[in-house]
Amino acid sequence: MLALLKRDLALATRAGGGFGLGVAFFLILCALVPFGVGPETSALRPIASGILWVGALLACLLSLDRIFALDHEDGSLDLLATAPLPLEGTVAIKALAHWITTGLPLIAAAPVFGLLLHLPAGAMPWLLASLLIGTPALSMLGAFGAAITVGLRRGGLLLSLLVLPLYIPTLIFGAEIVRRGAEGGSTATPMLFLAGITAGVLALVPFAAAAALRVNLR
Amino acid sequence: MSIWEYANPVKFMRLSGAVLPYAVAGAAICTIGGLVWGFLTPQDYKQGATVKIVFLHVPAAMMAINIWVMMLAASLIWLIRRHHVSALAARAAAPIGAVMTLIALATGAIWGQPMWGTWWEWDPRLTSFLILLLFYIGYMALWAAVEDPDSAADLTGVLCLVGSVFALLSRYAVLFWNQGLHQGASLSVAPGERMSAVYRYPLYLSMLGFFLLFLALLLIRTRTEVRRRRLAALQARETRA
Amino acid sequence: MIELGKYAATVLWSYGVSVALLAALIWQTVAANARARRELERQERNG
Repeated sequence: MLALLKRDLALATRAGGGFGLGVAFFLILCALVPFGVGPETSALRPIASGILWVGALLACLLSLDRIFALDHEDGSLDLLATAPLPLEGTVAIKALAHWITTGLPLIAAAPVFGLLLHLPAGAMPWLLASLLIGTPALSMLGAFGAAITVGLRRGGLLLSLLVLPLYIPTLIFGAEIVRRGAEGGSTATPMLFLAGITAGVLALVPFAAAAALRVNLR
Repeated sequence: MSIWEYANPVKFMRLSGAVLPYAVAGAAICTIGGLVWGFLTPQDYKQGATVKIVFLHVPAAMMAINIWVMMLAASLIWLIRRHHVSALAARAAAPIGAVMTLIALATGAIWGQPMWGTWWEWDPRLTSFLILLLFYIGYMALWAAVEDPDSAADLTGVLCLVGSVFALLSRYAVLFWNQGLHQGASLSVAPGERMSAVYRYPLYLSMLGFFLLFLALLLIRTRTEVRRRRLAALQARETRA
Repeated sequence: MIELGKYAATVLWSYGVSVALLAALIWQTVAANARARRELERQERNG
């Protein structure tokens, strides 16, 4: 299991694996928003939390098709399917690798981009906390979408179409935490909901993703 | 003889062929009757003539949700018992559900313009229906994208399961996110809140009509899918021979 | 002619859009079914 995680991490960081591409995309997105809505603090501040969450979500989406596509092409996915490690475990490890290579850099970069968008200082810890709790669910759901579309020729666009609606609850609660944090309100309720979604997704979606992979490897 | 006998395509074709004329006739009579009756109802003292839209909006919204539930049930039957007709019925239902969702959204927007003063409001019910439409679109796109029919049925079945959970989750998340303008259920059982009988009976007829319309369209579309499957099988046999 | 009052456009548009959508769906359904049946019959006659 650990070996698989190490291998996936190595593949992502080496060989132009697109490590950091997500963060670059996130930066561009945050830089483009002020051009669209105007540079005034009064215009940016109310939407900063939403932009940051939507940006993180889209940046996460960008690298999803790589979770299984490369392994499917060179046949190593078939090997993994016959390995003693259950396919559910493989899926979970791959989602974890995706989270470490995409989610963690996004979280690390988010405070800086928050400054760019004039996110109130009081909301910064909430932004970090909500991303930390929410992004694992994004990676896991993404792995599910990637498992469904792995054998398809034009899977990329379909993947976004399938995965983005699944992101809606996470986005709603995540952005709500930051918004309430910025206003100094109570964040306990959305935080609990977000944590509940992530826990449920991490527990159940690997089974759905593994089922989809088995169909595609048949 | 159990109900599963009808999962056999030949038996299904025979039975659906026998039922179809009645379903079509019933759908035509009830839908047209309900809508015409609804169109002729008197004006409401508050909403004026726009009350007539309810006879489209409520049945369409009801069917939009029920068709998804039916797809979920059909997907489960396919995943557990592997009856091909079930998978094909789920596929056949999706476009009907998408059109029903579109009708509910469109009539809602047209009604909201004079009543709420806006075409669109990020109200929980409206937003939930938009999300439902996204799920329908994704589901149909996946069916269209996968070539092998059994794989397509499996993958869309799994997607339908996961999607159902998330559609429900989104419904409550959206409720949390924004309290809405939309009025409560139109068919409340509590006396006093009830619609007056002038509107209630045409609404019932219209709902029955939309249900029969769905049934008739579902049967025809499933028959189409069965025929397409058979055609593909015959062609495959021919190329092999 | 029934009186629709000031909301005539609203009501007529709703009915128009809905009937058009339903008509398109029905037409597509019937056309696809007819084509599938035709092709299947041709295949069965030849094969």
